Amino acid sequence: MTMIFGIPLQALMGQLLVGLINGSFYALLSLGLAVIFGLLRVINFAHGAQYMLGAFVALLLLTVGGINYWFALILAPLIVGLFAAAIERSMLSRLYKLDPLYGLLFTFGLALAIEGTFRYFYGASGKPYAAPPQLSGAVNLGFMFLPIYRGWVVVASLAVCIAVWLLIEKTKLGAYLRAATENPVLVQAFGVNVPLLLTLTYALGAGLAAFAGVLAAPIYQVSPLMGSNLIIIVFAVVVVGGMGSILGAIVTGYLLGVVEGLTKVFYPEASNIVIFVIMAIVLILRPAGLFGKEA
Amino acid sequence: MAGKSEPISGEHIAIHPKAGQIQLALLVLALAVAVLAPQFLYPIFLMKLLAFALFASAFNLLLGYTGLLSFGHATFFGGAAYFTAHAVKIWGWSPEAGLLLGVLGAAALGLVMGAIAIRRQGIYFAMITLALSQMFFFFCLQASFTHGEDGIQSVPRGHLFGVIDLNDTMNMYYFVLAVFVLGLVVIWRFVNSPFGMILKSIRENEQRAVSLGYSVARYKLGAFVMSAALAGLAGGLKALIFQFATLTDVAWQMSGEVILMTLLGGIGTLAGPIFGAGLVVTLQNYLATSDFPVTIITGIVFMVCVLLFRRGLVGEFFASKLGRRLGFRAQS
Repeated sequence: MTMIFGIPLQALMGQLLVGLINGSFYALLSLGLAVIFGLLRVINFAHGAQYMLGAFVALLLLTVGGINYWFALILAPLIVGLFAAAIERSMLSRLYKLDPLYGLLFTFGLALAIEGTFRYFYGASGKPYAAPPQLSGAVNLGFMFLPIYRGWVVVASLAVCIAVWLLIEKTKLGAYLRAATENPVLVQAFGVNVPLLLTLTYALGAGLAAFAGVLAAPIYQVSPLMGSNLIIIVFAVVVVGGMGSILGAIVTGYLLGVVEGLTKVFYPEASNIVIFVIMAIVLILRPAGLFGKEA
Repeated sequence: MAGKSEPISGEHIAIHPKAGQIQLALLVLALAVAVLAPQFLYPIFLMKLLAFALFASAFNLLLGYTGLLSFGHATFFGGAAYFTAHAVKIWGWSPEAGLLLGVLGAAALGLVMGAIAIRRQGIYFAMITLALSQMFFFFCLQASFTHGEDGIQSVPRGHLFGVIDLNDTMNMYYFVLAVFVLGLVVIWRFVNSPFGMILKSIRENEQRAVSLGYSVARYKLGAFVMSAALAGLAGGLKALIFQFATLTDVAWQMSGEVILMTLLGGIGTLAGPIFGAGLVVTLQNYLATSDFPVTIITGIVFMVCVLLFRRGLVGEFFASKLGRRLGFRAQS
């Protein structure tokens, strides 16, 4: 058997894949956080809850409506995005004039309420969600078996990340969005409906989280608390990457996922905390984050 | 955040000539209630309330008077609970020595977390404290002295100064009350000291404090360590009261709870966190018997507080006509 640094190649590649999968979710979630923060100046603590909502909506669509994975992949982000837009319009938008910490506290409360509600109705245990038949099974890559669904998660998340990046950097809407980030008052004066833009942005961020949730459902099972620990890791990812950069959020997400996977191989005891340790080191050496601009 | 409070609208209201005496009378009344309360209410519940009131007051020292929102105070509360429980149970220390170790341990944790976190401000500060506290949670999950999921159980209360038997519930209650009052006096002194004044100036306008020549980072760190140490005092007490220390005490939900207590009662007021803690602990007690999850209520209360009364209950009272007539100030 091939060995690298005294570790069987197969174990190494296996953990690398797990790292890439986790990294895919970190990237999708920190991308959404960064997009929301960029325009709304709100740290969306409910991001983990919206991720969980995405998975739950997919599960309910399947069990109640008989709607399959592929439609859920499109419908769940839309439903969660609509829900988020309603929250933004009715409540969150009242907090923009205040210290950003109030936005954090509000979305924290929102996350608790959503997660509590789902726990009340569906219990704390995880519910299985089968991968679609087209993506079940595995392929032999020679050095390892790759479950097709896991490969799909990496590809799909990468594609969505790139699409969002293109949307923000290359389209007219993205230009408005970037301009409104720089100077909302001026953009409003040019006749752009900034409040609508804010609502759309929040919905987009929440939709991304929900998309990640649907992707995650067949891998991690669907449970009310699936997002609450994840969101804290994603916060650390965002701090490491620096919130200012969309691309930075994506790259850091994948990078830290892989680092975490590798830690599981070489020093498993530290795999839970390695991202936080990296965050502390980055803060000491480069407080603005790897891709951040000095505030 | 709390410091940049909304201006209190309305005309000037003259302070009642006897406002000082009324305030003093209220304080004496509160103390009398605290002394007599165990005759009427379940002492363990009251002790829990006092421990959490102290925890929230310690947290408020940082948020209300320095303007730093820490999302990681469970680390100091729960960490100290572990230290005290371990010292008392495994090493056979006396309760007062165990508490002291809890306080010192929490202060040390606060020094490390604070030194890293104050490198960023505002929401970043909140996220960093949350992440570091989650790291401490995983450490506690794996470390051997915390006994993982089981926690440290059946911690003996022992004899205070080798004389007073704390296994007697009444003795324990008055000991907890004494520590609570001591903690509040320390906070009150700290807030009204020159150091506290500088903290408030940092909260109001950090740039100006820098331009006046204050080493802002050092003051922030000082406040952070002080707050951590007092949160540790509350955590150590908690370990002695319930005679166990578990992962619940270091989990992020605990950090959220203490924020809620402070927000609900009134950020930046001395009485606010105590009232907030009272309400939240009572609510938890009330809901403990039903299968309705507390987090739904907690979450909704959070949202309502942030949307409708950001000054908190006590803060709103202080800002009301009656409150102002009695000489209270919504923000010191």
